[in-house]
Amino acid sequence: MITKRIIPCLDVRDGRVVKGVNFEGLSDVSSPVELGRYYSECGADELVFYDITASHERRALFTDVLREVASTIFIPLTVGGGINSLDDFDRVLKCGADKVSVNSGAIKNPNLIYDAAKRYGDQCVVLSVDAKRVGDSYRVFARGGREDTGLDAIEWIRRGVDMGAGEIVLNSIDTDGVRRGFDIEMLRAVTAVVDVPVIASGGAGSAEDFVRLFCELPDVDAGLAASIFHFGEVKISELKALLAEAGIPVRI
Amino acid sequence: MTAIIDYGVGNLFSLESSLRAVGEEACVTSDPAVIRSADRIILPGVGAFGDAAAKLADTGLISVIRDCAERGVPLLGICLGMQLLLERGYEYGVHDGLGLIKGEIRPISEVIERGLKIPHIGWNSLSFPENKSPLFKYVNEGEHVYFVHSFSAQGTPSAIAHTDYGGRVVAAVGEGNILGCQFHPEKSGRVGLNILRAFCEMGGAK
Repeated sequence: MITKRIIPCLDVRDGRVVKGVNFEGLSDVSSPVELGRYYSECGADELVFYDITASHERRALFTDVLREVASTIFIPLTVGGGINSLDDFDRVLKCGADKVSVNSGAIKNPNLIYDAAKRYGDQCVVLSVDAKRVGDSYRVFARGGREDTGLDAIEWIRRGVDMGAGEIVLNSIDTDGVRRGFDIEMLRAVTAVVDVPVIASGGAGSAEDFVRLFCELPDVDAGLAASIFHFGEVKISELKALLAEAGIPVRI
Repeated sequence: MTAIIDYGVGNLFSLESSLRAVGEEACVTSDPAVIRSADRIILPGVGAFGDAAAKLADTGLISVIRDCAERGVPLLGICLGMQLLLERGYEYGVHDGLGLIKGEIRPISEVIERGLKIPHIGWNSLSFPENKSPLFKYVNEGEHVYFVHSFSAQGTPSAIAHTDYGGRVVAAVGEGNILGCQFHPEKSGRVGLNILRAFCEMGGAK
């Protein structure tokens, strides 16, 4: 049986891992290579790297780090941040990324999803969506959660999958950084409309939050988190033991 | 030395790094002379069957691969590279494979329960027949490897490992020196490195 994936996410700026609370107040935490190796050894199923300044500056620093990570760690790597064109896909895939996560770049140019899926396969294209409640709906935000796009998140995700996105990362801005658990309600709305893997992001504050996620939403395939792992509050090996005890299939 | 065939598809960086990690000299190449002199050959691949088959044909390397295979040089196809070893693929039309392994590449939906997500993405466990292939000599039944695929080998008598995804899915094929993994050993952590290590211990005959 396929296992639920536990995915540490590393926001990288200038080659260093940072983590924001509600996307504000970033602070340096550690080296991506060291963190990557640590996570790989303690049972992470995949790593996600977001180059949070990629759209503007110092891209080479990021690809250097990525190459170094990819040559020492042999688990799947997903890369996002500043992916606006097929050239950007090519750039990070050549450095050892397995999947590429698109967000603002796909909002600006939805055909990017189609073109990339056609060239690299659906499995390579991850649509990452930052969503937030606005009135009665879930709204897509761009530019790291700063800009309301006016797009309805459910419609956008459905469209992304139709165009070839092979996985969805749903990051709830409402729960991100709050550490009181994943946004079960928003995730439920998304898993109801898509048939590709959905990765939950935003809000994990404890190991129990992952148990609740997978128990309440069996259709969610993976849980992604950053700070609780980076600061050592939750050890992946212990988290997986807890999930296994709760009857959730995990790779130990 | 293990030659990794470069025909313009796939993530060869990780594969090359993973071979180095098990102490094997790896060479990413499309040079027929280098491939002919290799102790072992890896045929990688991601993307669609038809595109990849056409690209491989364009390189003119198919006859080189066949010659090496006939001489008994260990050949490992990975993911789409495994799929290309079979007779035919039904992804966006019908396309010929190398036919080194009997069987066809058909939608995974034909062998699994309805309602499951496709692609089959993630870590899934391996099960082996009684006479386990030497490729898996360092791997235990039930250990997990990383899969990403929407099509699978079907109607093949050469399955050497299966996985369970709401149905029995071929995880690896083998016929003598011709081997293939549907999953990505270069992305399967310690278990995957152990599979590559076993492969790199095979052959050596020129």
